[in-house]
Amino acid sequence: MSGWSWTRWWGIVLKEFRQLRRDRVSFAMVIGVPIIQMVLFGYAINSDPRHLPTAVIVHEPSEFTRSFVAAMQHSSYFDVLPALDSEALATAALDRGEVMFVLTVPPGFTRSLLRGERPDLLVEADATDPTATGMALSVLPELARQVALRELDGPWLKLRPADPPFGVIVHRRYNPEGITQYNIIPGLMGVVMSMTLVMMTGLAMTRERERGTMENLLATPVQPLEVITGKIVPYVLIGLVQATVILLGARGLFDVPFSGNLLAVYLAALLFIAASLAVGITLSSLARNQLQAVQLTIFYFLPNILLSGFMFPFRGMPEWAQRIGSILPLTHFNRLMRGILLKGNGWAEQWPHIWPQLLFTALVMLVAVLAYRKTLD
Amino acid sequence: MTIGNEWAIAVDGLNKHFGDKHVVNNLSLRVRPGEIFGFLGPNGSGKTTSIRLMCGLLTPDSGSGSCLGYDIVREAEQIKRNVGYMTQKFSYWDDLTIRENLDFVARMYEMPDRSAVVARALDELGLASRAGQLAGSLSGGWKQRLALAACMLHQPRLLLLDEPTAGVDPTARRDFWAELHRLAAKGISVLVSTHYMDEAERCHKLAYIAYGSLLAQGTAGEIVAAAGLATVCVRGSGLGSVAEQLERHPAVSQTVVFGDTLHVSGRDLPALQHAVGVELAGRGLGIEVIPTGLEDVFIHLMKQARDNFAGADA
Repeated sequence: MSGWSWTRWWGIVLKEFRQLRRDRVSFAMVIGVPIIQMVLFGYAINSDPRHLPTAVIVHEPSEFTRSFVAAMQHSSYFDVLPALDSEALATAALDRGEVMFVLTVPPGFTRSLLRGERPDLLVEADATDPTATGMALSVLPELARQVALRELDGPWLKLRPADPPFGVIVHRRYNPEGITQYNIIPGLMGVVMSMTLVMMTGLAMTRERERGTMENLLATPVQPLEVITGKIVPYVLIGLVQATVILLGARGLFDVPFSGNLLAVYLAALLFIAASLAVGITLSSLARNQLQAVQLTIFYFLPNILLSGFMFPFRGMPEWAQRIGSILPLTHFNRLMRGILLKGNGWAEQWPHIWPQLLFTALVMLVAVLAYRKTLD
Repeated sequence: MTIGNEWAIAVDGLNKHFGDKHVVNNLSLRVRPGEIFGFLGPNGSGKTTSIRLMCGLLTPDSGSGSCLGYDIVREAEQIKRNVGYMTQKFSYWDDLTIRENLDFVARMYEMPDRSAVVARALDELGLASRAGQLAGSLSGGWKQRLALAACMLHQPRLLLLDEPTAGVDPTARRDFWAELHRLAAKGISVLVSTHYMDEAERCHKLAYIAYGSLLAQGTAGEIVAAAGLATVCVRGSGLGSVAEQLERHPAVSQTVVFGDTLHVSGRDLPALQHAVGVELAGRGLGIEVIPTGLEDVFIHLMKQARDNFAGADA
């Protein structure tokens, strides 16, 4: 039994540093992950989203309605878009997720206000993600009070009682009770699938390389596309099983409504599975061993979970972060799931979230095929 | 295709670098159809790289050649279809059974009547009773048999075997070589790398490669003759110190201890006999002249190459 040796200890320290220096991917991860986390949490993530797109339908414009719309804009929570012609158009925009709110000023609002009849304004909110709209909705009553104080001047002073002279009725569309699980559970489906599928396929090719069986595979006449697509297929089935498990849980445990078509859910899942597997197999071609494949998976997973709108409201992020988020398949898959399950959307409304995933998959597969080396060079 | 009839392998001036390491240096080889061609050389001499160049798994930096008449750079696909390549490390799938492995290979080569082909291969190699066993659970000898069965499955006309018998017991090795000779008799060409002298002696032709360069080529007899070495065998005890003593003598180019005998080789037989006689006078050791063996020649070649290599390096 010999005691502690500084020489041996320093030998171990030195060896670890040397190995770490040669392990580029681990090194990049040690430096890269904190930077990515810091930038995303510090700049991109905002749990109090503002500038949410809002459609306004005013049946009879007046001084007062203009003032109220201006106040909404000034609150910085609402970005009022050019007025839409009809309620049908506004509802469609809400379905597609182009607007988060629709403010409707009913006919005769101003007249009935001046008569002291306490009329109501209608605000419809896309409540699929309750946290994204919660803050904006909570400032509405205060806005109403302030506008009343400012506008009801002079002859209308008598209408300025303690109670606000008009009410704001909020319709939380798609998720009237604001149940967070309705948003989280369908979102979780994408998160689970992208994590497991990317990692499992990520290991698929590197496993062959690490075990030395790749040389054998290369010695046969098999073509790159055959290997790549052939390796993907079993995981497509695994992805569908995962989707089913989560859907059953969503229905059985959390009572998430299924407003849309179940077939559409599975088609959307297939689309997303394809995108995830393409990423996995590409990482697999790029990574030199299984450890690197896992590390690259985490690299891919991190922005996905933070920027897709799963964990934090998408609209709360700055422009650049939203751009990155719009590339990621998880962002679109989350919206598809919310659209189909909660809003009951059909194909027309979904197309804007389908083609980005198709494009993403095609480009990533191209990289995979190019990165597949047919020789051992 | 005319070359294909004349040579199973014909490569000229192959070069391959990995970084600044010159792994294969100007390699030229000719292997006839139906010939068992032994590929020898120390570890890291470029044998594996040469084999990979010949079957299209690596692209040469320069040089040209053909395998079964197909160009090794441009027609790698055809070579893959007609060549059976057995890797140095067992490279079939440990987590598949023997049958599943063979079935997979048969599918890769799009073989018609797959199940019959697999069944025949299992039968011929005596693997039928173990067909359901996982490849990973097999012993070294059985793994090697499986690998040979798998790389023979598509009935290749040329076999490239990279140290197929490393870590395999003598009986299994003897069976393996009997099988190779049966295949050669059917007209299949075999290029096999090995470290074993007894295996080298079973080859029709040999090539010795060290530091990426081909040092000798021909039949065992030709290689021994070309080396121009004479050998004296010393028998007795305390041969370690005797070897050291003789090594210093100018007429002695090398000494190799084989248990209770010592092989002393040199270029000039009379000078060598004289040197041994003088140095070992009165020691009571048995001294006799023997024909130089393949192993003596290979050790000589390797030593020479090392000296040359060190010289070129300095």
